[in-house]
Amino acid sequence: MWSQIAEEWPRFATYYNLVFIAKAAGTTLALSALGCILGTAIGLALAVTRVTRSRWLAPLRILALIFTEVFRRVPFLVTLMLCFFAFQATGYDIPLFAVAAVSVTVIAGAFLAEIIRGGFKSVHPNQWEAAATMNFSLLDTIRLVILPQAWRIVLPPAFGYFVMFIKDTALASQIGVIELTYVGKVLNNKGFSAALSFGVILLVYFAISYPLSRLGVLLEARLASSRHRRA
Amino acid sequence: MHHLDIAGLEARYGEHTVLSGIDLTVGRADVIGLIGPSGSGKSTILRVLMGLLPPVAGMVKLDGEGVNYADATQVRRLRDRIAIVFQQYNLFQNMSVLENVCVAPVKIKKRPRKEVEEEARALLAKVGLGDKLKRYPDELSGGQQQRVAIVRALALHPEILLLDEVTAALDPELVSEVLDTIRLLAKEGMTMLIVSHEMAFIREVASRVVFMAGGKIVETGAPAQIFDAPEHARTRDFVSKILRH
Repeated sequence: MWSQIAEEWPRFATYYNLVFIAKAAGTTLALSALGCILGTAIGLALAVTRVTRSRWLAPLRILALIFTEVFRRVPFLVTLMLCFFAFQATGYDIPLFAVAAVSVTVIAGAFLAEIIRGGFKSVHPNQWEAAATMNFSLLDTIRLVILPQAWRIVLPPAFGYFVMFIKDTALASQIGVIELTYVGKVLNNKGFSAALSFGVILLVYFAISYPLSRLGVLLEARLASSRHRRA
Repeated sequence: MHHLDIAGLEARYGEHTVLSGIDLTVGRADVIGLIGPSGSGKSTILRVLMGLLPPVAGMVKLDGEGVNYADATQVRRLRDRIAIVFQQYNLFQNMSVLENVCVAPVKIKKRPRKEVEEEARALLAKVGLGDKLKRYPDELSGGQQQRVAIVRALALHPEILLLDEVTAALDPELVSEVLDTIRLLAKEGMTMLIVSHEMAFIREVASRVVFMAGGKIVETGAPAQIFDAPEHARTRDFVSKILRH
């Protein structure tokens, strides 16, 4: 295998191929970053919605519940197809990347909503009560009291999910988004061996996800040593 | 005019009635001692007053003005004037002692941080915690935490202070430091409702003692009357049992 790869390498490592891979890596990175960042924002909004109490927010609470429960249970590929055909039905020419971006954001939002809600639940109810009796609004309570205590609980599963999530963006190749997995297939089809084509792709995936898990470990360590202890 | 007027107050946890027909008037600078067996509803009165448990019937008036607990704005206004100290302190675990005291006045009441911090330092020094400003709740003893909780409530400048068994979770040797703090407040004329099992303390500090059982007020009177010459058999029974300890 190694001799074959060595033999293929000069043909493989052309400027055109490398740019092709780099661009695809950019797409995968962009999809992952969008999913992680927007997904966290949406997840946080959903989690906050679900801890509201007021009566006229009940419809919103139910919507948030349905959203999280549905999209956590539907396979990623199905959500992707749903988005794809839903956008197609609008009749507008929407870029495939946008379709993929919306799908990953929706999925990540649903998963992170549950992770964040679990973090909220881990904070002792007496912290909510104390804040309430001092006239903290819901958002002040979350921002000043609950989130700083919930991070410790939220971070490990959240980063675990982010890493899993980077791999899941590979499914976007199914609707024709030119990301890493797609490029692996194209290179393979061009006649390069699977070992080389997908081996290179594997390394790029690793290069994207490894720093992210290191960041997670770093953040966890910092939070553990700081004084954010639970009640 | 009474500072606080409670009439026919009723509250339930689910199907279970925990308060039925509570009538209580509290004058300015009164110190009311609420005593009674566990589950008699003493702490529940404080929770209802604070809007943590909505009453199902009855009336609460603050300075003669009725409070509608279903109205969030009215509850907020009430919480601007009444503060509570919990049995379990409920200090914010992610904040230092100083921040616990300052957070609500600065972030919620929007008072200038400098002024609030100065006051907080002075109050904390007064209860003997001047050297613990940068500590976190889990680094303090129960008695110290409870004093922080009292100072946190005082920094809100309440007109009425509710104290929910503030010494129940403390080791005996820590009780006195908390009681000293409360004694000081009583002297300064703070209106207080104190739920406590510290009978000797209630007797000393309360202007009026309320004995509760089964979600009802059984007897109300001056400390000497309740402890030495209770009218009701139920009160007599409770007082004789608890004083024997």
